[in-house]
Amino acid sequence: MTAPLAVFFALATLAVIGAVSLIVQKHPIHSALSLIVVMIALAGLYLLLGAEFVAAVQIIVYGGAIMVLFVFVIMLLNAGVEEHTSISKMAGAPGLLLVVALAGFVAATIARSTASIQTTPQTGELASTTGISNMIFKDFVYPFELTSFLILVAVLGATVLAQREKS
Amino acid sequence: MTSLLSTNAELIITLVKILLLLFIVLTVNAYLTWFERKVVAHMQSRWGPHRVGPHGLLQPLADGLKFLFKEDPTPAGADKLVYYLAPLLALALALTSIALIPFGPDPIRLFGHDIYLGIAPPDVNIGILGLFAVTALGVYGVALAGWSSNSKYPLLGGLRSSAQMISYELALTMSVVGVLLMAGSFNLKKIIEAQAHHPEWGIFGWNVWPQIVGFFCFFVAAVAETNRVPFDLPEAESELVAGFHTEYSSFKFAMFFIAEYTSMITVSCLCSIMFFGGWLSPFPASWTFTHHLPSAILIPFGLWVIWDGIRYETIFGRIILPGVGTVITALGVIFVLFPSVNEFIQGPFWLLSKIFVFLFIYVWMRGTLPRFRYDQLMAFGWKLLLPLSIVNVIVTSFMILAKMQWWGAK
Repeated sequence: MTAPLAVFFALATLAVIGAVSLIVQKHPIHSALSLIVVMIALAGLYLLLGAEFVAAVQIIVYGGAIMVLFVFVIMLLNAGVEEHTSISKMAGAPGLLLVVALAGFVAATIARSTASIQTTPQTGELASTTGISNMIFKDFVYPFELTSFLILVAVLGATVLAQREKS
Repeated sequence: MTSLLSTNAELIITLVKILLLLFIVLTVNAYLTWFERKVVAHMQSRWGPHRVGPHGLLQPLADGLKFLFKEDPTPAGADKLVYYLAPLLALALALTSIALIPFGPDPIRLFGHDIYLGIAPPDVNIGILGLFAVTALGVYGVALAGWSSNSKYPLLGGLRSSAQMISYELALTMSVVGVLLMAGSFNLKKIIEAQAHHPEWGIFGWNVWPQIVGFFCFFVAAVAETNRVPFDLPEAESELVAGFHTEYSSFKFAMFFIAEYTSMITVSCLCSIMFFGGWLSPFPASWTFTHHLPSAILIPFGLWVIWDGIRYETIFGRIILPGVGTVITALGVIFVLFPSVNEFIQGPFWLLSKIFVFLFIYVWMRGTLPRFRYDQLMAFGWKLLLPLSIVNVIVTSFMILAKMQWWGAK
């Protein structure tokens, strides 16, 4: 086994363990921490693929900003251990079935298209920050601007809702 | 054995560098506490630590031993795993960020390997982004410590700290965009090199002049990120006992302490690298006589330490201080005698001097400024720093565009 492959398996295992722990953990903070582990493991996988910029942004945006807000809200509300209702217990069985189905579906897709799966690190135009910004601000500038407009609308909506609550 | 050494040379070099940097950073941290206590004391007309060792120089050692031998209780009802994880996380992230900083331009050639000063290879393309990624995770140490202690003051401290760090992180990130636009790279080495486009300008070529607004935003936001005075609300002792680390004692507390001082060093490194030319000399490149400045500072300082030491009250001080002074003087003399060594240390010398100045400013602020009120802190971050840094980005991009349009620069 080569070194990159070993690192890949280590990170992939970490991500899977984190994802499972996210669901299994009883306390919301522990679940949030597991999700952070998943995010960081994914960032490591991006780094392994040579996508340094994406890896850094993954940690800054998901690991840093978004998950900090999650943890902050959980702390602020002082959320306790999750409670199981009879419906949430019943949801376990079909959920497990769905998981197996989804895993099988993904595995089948990967098995059918081994030829087109890239295993070597991405280099050159696509991987570099310049390449990514060229794509965002030249090739896909209108979808990008539309997305940011959508986010702006969401921010305004949140502000309006918060204001209404107060008055 | 030799083949094992040669095949894994890179790995071994990196490991040695990590150990060395760890040792240096922890020692510097220890003496930073001494420095801070001394400077603040003198600002308040006191002596500061002066009992343990000559001039209190062994005080950090005594403090460290005390940390080790303190009782280390865990509060009842604490979330054990998170409670133990939090200080570890804080310290690990603080130390990781320092590993990404380059400390000098030229590699040392040793055993046929180019060894760069600094752990990360100098061609890391995401340099500054990587640092921000690590600092972005730094909130967790504080927030989780506050939450897991199962106590009200730490919880309030943790909440305050997460709110503060989220608010100031935006301004922190936006404020460096101007520098990144001017350098055209995330790489810290390239950012420094971009400030040396006009070698004859010296200090006037640094980013701090065109980016003075960016520097202001960055430094203020960075101080807030490190939870230092005047932004130390997470540990405001008059309101929250000791804030997020109230329930921590012994070495777990020491880990938070070391993490805080390490992030101070990282911020000082970043300020020097991004706005003050990093390892560049403030003098024009043609003034080669300024290359003797390190010796001109070290030799008189060393001689002064010897002179001060032989008159010291205690016998211990009369032995230690002249010894230290001799080492400092000898270093200065070595730089005079070996021009190649002198050329090599120019970069690190300037970088370390700038870092020292910023650390002094940190301590100076602690000795001078009162703490913000919570609403003032939020208003300052969101209503002043963030808009200011966004305006800075817009103005900088227009200036660069104008330069390209009218002067046809690249």
